[in-house]
Amino acid sequence: MKKEITVTINGTPQTLEVENRLLLVHLIRENVSLTGTHIGCDTSSCGACTVLIDGKSAKSCTVLAVQADGKEITTVEGLATAEGIHPIQEGFKENHGLHCGFCTPGMMMRIKELLEKNPNPTEEEIRWGISGNLCRCTGYNNIVKAVQYASAKMRGEELPSTEPEFVS
Amino acid sequence: MIKCKTSREIGGMGHSIKRKEDDRFIQGKGNYVDDVKLPGMLYMDIVRSPYAYAKIKNIDASKALEIEGVVAVVTGKDLEQYNLHWMPTLMSDTQMVLPTDTVMYQAQEVAAVIATSRYLARDGKEAVRVEYEPMSPLMDPYKALDDDAPLLRPDKEGKTDNHIWHWEAGDKEKTDSVFEAADVVVKEQMHIPRIHVASIETCGCVASYDKVENHLTMYMTTQAPHAIRTVIALVAGHVGLTEEKIRVISPDIGGGFGGKVPVYPGYVIAIAVSFLTGAPIKWIEDRSENLQADSFARDYHITAEMAGTKEGKILATRFKVLADHGYTDASANPSKFPTGLFSIGTGSYDYNASFMEADAVYTNKPPGGVAYRCSFRVTEAVHAIERITDTFAREVGIDPADLRMQNFIKKEDFPWQSPTGWEYDSGDYHAGLELAMKTVDYHALRKEQAEKRAQGKFMGIGISTFTEIVGAGPSKDFDILGIKMFDSAEIRVHPTGKAIARFGTKSQGQGHETTYAQIVAEELGIPAEHIQIEEGDTDTAPYGLGTYASRSTPTAGAAAAMAARKLRKKAKKIAAYLMEVSEDDLEWEPGKFFVKGAPEKSKTIQEIVFAAYTNHPQGMEAGFEATHYYDPPNLTFPSGAYICIVDIDEETCDIKIRRFVAIDDCGNIINPMIVQGQVHGGLTQGLAPAMYEELIYDESGNILNGTLMDYLVPTAVESPSWETGHTVTPSPHHPIGAKGVGESPTVGAPPAIANAIVDAVAHLGISHLEIPITPFKLFKELKKVGYFK
Repeated sequence: MKKEITVTINGTPQTLEVENRLLLVHLIRENVSLTGTHIGCDTSSCGACTVLIDGKSAKSCTVLAVQADGKEITTVEGLATAEGIHPIQEGFKENHGLHCGFCTPGMMMRIKELLEKNPNPTEEEIRWGISGNLCRCTGYNNIVKAVQYASAKMRGEELPSTEPEFVS
Repeated sequence: MIKCKTSREIGGMGHSIKRKEDDRFIQGKGNYVDDVKLPGMLYMDIVRSPYAYAKIKNIDASKALEIEGVVAVVTGKDLEQYNLHWMPTLMSDTQMVLPTDTVMYQAQEVAAVIATSRYLARDGKEAVRVEYEPMSPLMDPYKALDDDAPLLRPDKEGKTDNHIWHWEAGDKEKTDSVFEAADVVVKEQMHIPRIHVASIETCGCVASYDKVENHLTMYMTTQAPHAIRTVIALVAGHVGLTEEKIRVISPDIGGGFGGKVPVYPGYVIAIAVSFLTGAPIKWIEDRSENLQADSFARDYHITAEMAGTKEGKILATRFKVLADHGYTDASANPSKFPTGLFSIGTGSYDYNASFMEADAVYTNKPPGGVAYRCSFRVTEAVHAIERITDTFAREVGIDPADLRMQNFIKKEDFPWQSPTGWEYDSGDYHAGLELAMKTVDYHALRKEQAEKRAQGKFMGIGISTFTEIVGAGPSKDFDILGIKMFDSAEIRVHPTGKAIARFGTKSQGQGHETTYAQIVAEELGIPAEHIQIEEGDTDTAPYGLGTYASRSTPTAGAAAAMAARKLRKKAKKIAAYLMEVSEDDLEWEPGKFFVKGAPEKSKTIQEIVFAAYTNHPQGMEAGFEATHYYDPPNLTFPSGAYICIVDIDEETCDIKIRRFVAIDDCGNIINPMIVQGQVHGGLTQGLAPAMYEELIYDESGNILNGTLMDYLVPTAVESPSWETGHTVTPSPHHPIGAKGVGESPTVGAPPAIANAIVDAVAHLGISHLEIPITPFKLFKELKKVGYFK
């Protein structure tokens, strides 16, 4: 069973014929060849596949491609603009918010919605806000810092220090 | 503060420069194995056993083959024709690629389905009918040697029981006599649970065999590409696939942690099918397969004993281990070390009698025993010594911090010979614990704890002061399948003074593209940003044993420094020639040679390199390249002092980590930001088995938590805000004084957390709690001692 759908991915409308059972994450990765969105589990637990659907973060392994018909999808490839990388991307690089990089795209897409809804979150709000996304490498400290940095930058406030802090 | 010899522009050691690899990762441009797409590629999915132990009566693939797009179904019988149905493990045991008659654990590979798409391969997998005759599995390792236990490996000639090996270290007679005469002897039985690395990227490969060229390109998630190339050649040489015809490419890896060291059956099947069909074969396991079938870690049952004086002097330790290896010993250890480096378990304390022994057995569980973010069984050893030290302190009535201070090996006593045969290179254990105690205001905490206790509240303070052993290893003792555990670096500096350096290791997130560049920058004065680092392609990188066991900095990092020093020697000769002075008149500062007493007369490294291509002294070899294979003279011994503070709800038993301070000593630091990131991540991976993670099986051999829904990887909510710091005691034998750090936190955190939780309830008569310590487990123990009715 196949169906024709039209989805707008990172601003470009695309009409594709897809199997009804095709998962959105496979449409993004295989049919459209945007491989920045990753797959880390089969139970919607890890969040590596998180994208924005009409601006709301969603685990694209749990959405059928046909459900995205007529919708706007934003993936990690759509974060940067002609002016440069997004403050969230900058936050991750400046604060060592990633190691292997596998969870990073999904994490950043989740954070994009988080900061849109809550531009100045507390540490606890950040931690709960990203609790649907697993990272096995960083221990989360620097992801929290990355979000705080992005939050400051997006609000036009002074940027926090990106030097590592040590007890002494 | 860390002193830097180079300017921030050069970015040598000690600078927290931002990572070079991040630009691609933050923009979705990483290239992981599932991103590899080749023309004509077919997809493989694997039929797995629902039973832990069963005879295979029949495999009926006819329904699968009726599906349009399903190309083939491969079984053990098919592979048997090429003698590829079994493969050797790193520990000289044997493992099935696909079974011909018996399955040995739930989720074991039974058949492979090849199809034109991922979805059709899955359809084919669902359509394969396998008829099994289930048998009663052996799940309890303590029953493995019973007379009525099934003989699990009759395929192994002469095997009459399920015993794999026996291992010993230390002096039994001396240790026993110390124990006999000692005032105080304490003993705990502990299990280091079976856990999984659960890197967010699972394992997979694209095997691409070119029939015309008789050449295999293998893209795979491997931490050790060269070793894999040699293994493939050893296993498939008899069908004509020899080592010069094999190229292993390890692209970006989404976390490894030891789980991407072994050769899994899926890789071998993919190679075999590509070899037979000539089509590229992609195999990407899903998460549940990864958790249920890929190598486990830990699973050591340990009886730990400590003997000492009433005054708190440690005199001896005795550890007895039962190792549950599943149905084959597929550990990822150096060949001569069946228990890895477990004998580091004598700890950070000054005493001279220890005896350790271990026995390994087969059970109907998945094979493995990988060094999960741990230099070969060090986590198990450290948990044993750090827990039993606390029990001993409690028995003699001395504060666990004071007892540790009293027993530490002193700074001036290094190099120090351990009773199990290691030579610790350096350390300052007192300074580490002092800094940790000062940071948390330890004595105030003890006062607060006493007050809380009087009010009936549970608060605990846990300490772990561990010594790690990393950087395997010296070639006299360390090899994998006979290949010595050196590692390598090759540096090529281009005429314009920019460089590429290649290594035998393979980063999985550790940041090698940045830190190796910093080492070269430190030694040559070429800015780190001008040094491109490449790893993971066996056609271009020099041979090396890969990245695991915190070995990259101790081995390949050392090789980078040594290769760069060869180049600096050459640079000096060229500089002398260019300035028409004697080499003896030259002095080096990062980035240039200058004439002693006349610093205005100098040549920069860039000018010197240019001359190496355009104006080199006659008789000297042109060009500016060097390679070094570094064989470490000893291992390195990082250490740490960790303090954890927990508050426990006295009614619900909910455990909250209030604070966790980690002071690490990994010798000289290449990039403080990256070292700190490694420590943060390792701490969360230490928290995981301490409080959340364990692979659980029922009596029938079913895994009860084989998905990420029920295997509890900590999120940002469970993971506390870690506080870290350093003492710096350089390794005296390492060219840049570094020791390696990636694994210390995973090793040191579990006992600190367990000690804190036990400490909170010890006054009620609890001396030990098995990890993972969940609220329910704690509740049951509190019930046992009568706290809950």
